[in-house]
Amino acid sequence: MIRFIVRRLLQLIPTLFGLSILLFIWLRRLPGGPETAILGERGTPELRAQIRANLGLDEPLLVQYGRFMQRMLKLDLGTSISTKREVTTEFLERFPGTVELTITAMIIAIGVGIPLGYLAARRRGSFLDSASVGGSLIGICVPVFFLAYVLKAVFSEELHMFPSSGRQDPTLGATRITNFFVLDGLMTREWDAALDALWHLVLPGIALASIPLAIIVRITRASVLEVLSEDYVRTAQSKGLSERTVRGRHILRNAMLPIVTVIGLLTGGLLSGAVLTETVFAFSGIGAFLYEAIANRDYPVLMGFIMIIAVFYVLVNLLVDVSYSLIDPRVRVR
Amino acid sequence: MSTKSDKVDRLGELSAVKQDERGVSLWAEAFRQLRRNPSAIVGASILLLFVIISIIGPWLAPYSPTDTMGIREGVIKPGLIPGPSAEHWLGYDHQGRDEFSRLLVGARQTLLVGVISTLIGLTIGALIGGIAGASAGLGGRIGRAVDGVLMRIVDMLLALPSLLLAVSIAALLGASLTTVMIAVGMVSVPVFARLLRGAMIAQSGGDYVLAATSLGVKKSKIAFTHILPNSLAPVIVQATLTLATAIIEAAALSFLGLGNPDSSIPEWGVMLADAQQYLGARPGLAIYPALGIIITALGFTLLGEAMREALDPKLRK
Amino acid sequence: MPLLDVKDLSVTFARRGQRTVRAVDGVSFSVEAGQVVGLVGESGCGKSVTSLALMGLLPKKRGVTIGGSAMFADDTDLLKTDERSMRDIRGRDIAMIFQDPLSSLNPVVPIGVQVTEVLSRHRGMQGEAARKEATDLLDKVGIPDPARRLKEYPHQLSGGMRQRALIAMAVACKPRLLIADEPTTALDVTIQAQILELLRGLVRESGTALVMITHDLGVVAGMCDTVNVLYAGRVVESARRKPLFAEPRHPYTHGLLGSVPRLDSARGERLHAIRGSVRDVLPWPDGCAFAPRCDRRVDACVGEPPALVESIHRHAYRCVNPEPVTAEVSS
Repeated sequence: MIRFIVRRLLQLIPTLFGLSILLFIWLRRLPGGPETAILGERGTPELRAQIRANLGLDEPLLVQYGRFMQRMLKLDLGTSISTKREVTTEFLERFPGTVELTITAMIIAIGVGIPLGYLAARRRGSFLDSASVGGSLIGICVPVFFLAYVLKAVFSEELHMFPSSGRQDPTLGATRITNFFVLDGLMTREWDAALDALWHLVLPGIALASIPLAIIVRITRASVLEVLSEDYVRTAQSKGLSERTVRGRHILRNAMLPIVTVIGLLTGGLLSGAVLTETVFAFSGIGAFLYEAIANRDYPVLMGFIMIIAVFYVLVNLLVDVSYSLIDPRVRVR
Repeated sequence: MSTKSDKVDRLGELSAVKQDERGVSLWAEAFRQLRRNPSAIVGASILLLFVIISIIGPWLAPYSPTDTMGIREGVIKPGLIPGPSAEHWLGYDHQGRDEFSRLLVGARQTLLVGVISTLIGLTIGALIGGIAGASAGLGGRIGRAVDGVLMRIVDMLLALPSLLLAVSIAALLGASLTTVMIAVGMVSVPVFARLLRGAMIAQSGGDYVLAATSLGVKKSKIAFTHILPNSLAPVIVQATLTLATAIIEAAALSFLGLGNPDSSIPEWGVMLADAQQYLGARPGLAIYPALGIIITALGFTLLGEAMREALDPKLRK
Repeated sequence: MPLLDVKDLSVTFARRGQRTVRAVDGVSFSVEAGQVVGLVGESGCGKSVTSLALMGLLPKKRGVTIGGSAMFADDTDLLKTDERSMRDIRGRDIAMIFQDPLSSLNPVVPIGVQVTEVLSRHRGMQGEAARKEATDLLDKVGIPDPARRLKEYPHQLSGGMRQRALIAMAVACKPRLLIADEPTTALDVTIQAQILELLRGLVRESGTALVMITHDLGVVAGMCDTVNVLYAGRVVESARRKPLFAEPRHPYTHGLLGSVPRLDSARGERLHAIRGSVRDVLPWPDGCAFAPRCDRRVDACVGEPPALVESIHRHAYRCVNPEPVTAEVSS
């Protein structure tokens, strides 16, 4: 198992290397550059050249890449062109927000999706079944940003139940330790700050959860239905085991296999930035920041963020493979 | 010697023909099943309606979709966009144009975006997946290497945030409908590639492949005349489902301001994106195109799911 | 009093838009304590549905109707017991062994847990005690190195070992009745004999009654005290083993026996195969279901269902034109 994990981590190195080259070339090929973002349409050619030279963009691509790699090896991601702050600092400030949002969304999606999918399968053909199948079909078809706007309009602007934007009420003056606001609040015992941060997560969390929820309901239902027709479930019942043991040990444990894979893929996708949801709720995570970075051609931010996201993506998938082999002894991890 | 190889070829053809028959009956059987599946009927009806509207919509529209009559007549004032009335069933949009006409005319662009972007993803993805699957199926050191390299590239594409990919494509090409189509299409490339490759590898373990191989049929011939046709079912199902997500993703790109900047040609995604600013004054402007998108996507999804059921022998119990 | 007395058991499956299927159509048989009773028939004759009905394992859905009675140990009607009480009976008083040992074992749970869960459920055994008992059980059913096998998963065991493990689970609580549904069908011939031998030994030793469901007359000949032959959901012949093999009265039983190749028949002699397939049935109310395939069909076969006729020594058969008793065989 450990050898498998180490090997997968080693495989990460050439993947990242390849990705960095592709990304580097791809970004530099985009028309315009940071100087356009800084100066706009005005700005003399001399001024533009000056800025490019300051940023080291006038050198050959290979030299630029070499310098980038040099810094990368020292774990230095450089400085953002538009905010003039360290890319690492920017990342550590924003990524926790995205992680909090992703975790919230996945808790909702898994917490509601698996029980609902399970019940739908057990009561196949019932109203609950048709409703959850129908609901999940519709859930997939509703554009996330539209849902986000509707949630915001109804629960925040009409009913004033939840805050409409941001990650926390700035007037609270909460202490920052990890930049995971909920965690910070708990660590500093600023309960109101933690609760406020949690409150800010509800609406964007629901909006972001809609598609994963729909997918998890359907995959759970399909998977449980398949397991229910298996002989070993009948064997378990023939032993007179309690409903709980049959459900947990014999049905869900087997049904989890495809569900775990899907959850991994979905989590990886959400981590890479929920641009739409973060935009609607002015939630400062990496999604909206990355989007701006593209518009500004903020090369260091783009390179740094995307590389780290790719690492996380691979790590999440590794986690999926590991848990898969923990659940299913037949999948031998080599 | 030559007679022997002739004989082998002939046998190969025979087994290929047999395979085709099986293929045809699979599709015929699937079609028969679809006709009895209520959700397939509902999905197909929605889509039929959508296609009809997208063809004849411009003739059905009571007004020109680009006529800013509301402004000309002075009924549009800041903060006031008149709602439904007898003349304008769904009211005006923010530029004083007839919303109902725009919806009818906009169906065509929406369909085009969905279909073309799916075709882009399908073509490129199937090409990559087909080559990878064939190389993996043919085996040998070179085959496995080709497969490995192609799949590594696909994995990199997958690891890249999909919206980011789309946004950077838009940055390269400028905001336009073509950009949206290419961007949305590129996002689905890895899905199609993996799917076709997986199906082809699964198929190459089939008994008929073994039979053809034992008859001495050339490996490349097996790959393209036997394995490929039998691996297409999941890809076609996925394409139907992708049509739904493509329309939704196109709307998302429009929302981010990457869609067609020229709002004179109506498209549901752009209409929805534009309407977000007027959500307080006229929520309907967002709701109508959103409903259009949701219902259409639902149509593709229902049909796609029903097709999956009909074509998957495992689900056909 | 018999341990299990099944009277007039019927199971029907009704599905919307389809013809109602009477899978089991008035089956009666009884099992004495310590006895081995065979239920024999081709696939689709209703023998598996019978066993599932007795275990209360048929899906509780609309459209599934169960009728009749099945008195167990004089005081419990298995067909009318609620799910909660059935759960106490299953695994403790009545246990079941299934056909395909690979698919009948949970692939992601170690063998040990699958054995001990019965022990902890019905005998309240936990931890070390349960593990000790499970090791003994595996040892008893002939699994070598049982302590190591407990930690292994089904896919790591051979087919025969898996079936032994399933048997260990079934006999874990020393049930009074064991139902074995085609326990050897999925196994290699040499393994089949071993498993049958194991079952026979366990039954003899513990005094457990066994209902043996099979299509294999060889199994019946080797094990059963009495035999019930099922056709299209009804018992067509029932007798003690010897008379049934010596003087089968129902043409179906006769055909089943005749379709087994025998060493003592002449080489040129044709096997006596039964024509057609189980699908060619007449609905029972319209006559004898076997009539379309029967060589001894007479006019009286069609019209109304033949009644169960009992001859000497509780040999009963459902036929209006039975096979003659041949003096040659009875000698």
